[in-house]
Amino acid sequence: MNALFALAAGLVFGIGLLVSGMADPAKVLGFLDVAGRWDPTLLVVMATAVPVAAIAHRIADRRKATFFGVAINLPQTRDIDRRLVAGAVVFGAGWGLVGLCPAPALLTVGAGRLPGIVFAIAMLAAMAAFEIIERMRAQRLPASATGVTAGDA
Amino acid sequence: MIDWASFTPASAAVGGVLIGCAVAMLLLLSGRIAGVSGIAGGLFRPQRGDVAWRVAFIVGLVISPAIYALAIAAPVIRIDATYPTLIVAGLLVGYGTRLGSGCTSGHGICGMSRLSPRSIVATLAFMAAGFVTVFVMRHVIAA
Repeated sequence: MNALFALAAGLVFGIGLLVSGMADPAKVLGFLDVAGRWDPTLLVVMATAVPVAAIAHRIADRRKATFFGVAINLPQTRDIDRRLVAGAVVFGAGWGLVGLCPAPALLTVGAGRLPGIVFAIAMLAAMAAFEIIERMRAQRLPASATGVTAGDA
Repeated sequence: MIDWASFTPASAAVGGVLIGCAVAMLLLLSGRIAGVSGIAGGLFRPQRGDVAWRVAFIVGLVISPAIYALAIAAPVIRIDATYPTLIVAGLLVGYGTRLGSGCTSGHGICGMSRLSPRSIVATLAFMAAGFVTVFVMRHVIAA
């Protein structure tokens, strides 16, 4: 049941990306090129997606559970640390190179685009490598220093 | 200089509302945050009862271009980068989003909508890095 809702949510998310133009890396690069011919479309996508999501979060904060009584799982991490900023900068650099971030990358796989598939394989490989590195770090450090990746946004 | 010919606010608004609705669906029906890097990355840290919804969400994303093609139009996906660039960028995006605990969806939409200071800082940081990268690629190296 939960998986069925997640499937529907993923589908609507993907259609939203395609309708908005954000599944097109060339258009995303047009937004990131502030010194060139700048395409502000991405700002409109955020300005419309964020308020709708904010209403959902308001409801979630009040209910603390889904419409089916399942506890809502929100990120608990609050620290603004070097990992957060370094990770975001590394991500932004990769985003700027091609114009793909994780969701559109998965869409290009579905669209059967070879460049997108290559990008997605590299992305997933790096995610797997991250887990391996984290596990090695956790074994080296005392227990109190681990768990830093809990609570993804 | 704004590229008015490329600016598509109407379809952007419709798509943005759909993305917001998808966030609402996952949050209020499944109890999860629609952060795509976290959903995918979590598969490499599998826990009982925590795998099916992640796979299902990703399947939804992956099949969406086919549904879009059937219902609306052929998806426009223009990728110009060379294969070495695609691989480097994919590695940076994969590692960076896991280290920074989120991407454009998790920090940029979900976190911003909760006014999470963490997500606001992350969003400003990845946007700034994206602006600088495109500036260097298009106006320093290519110029």
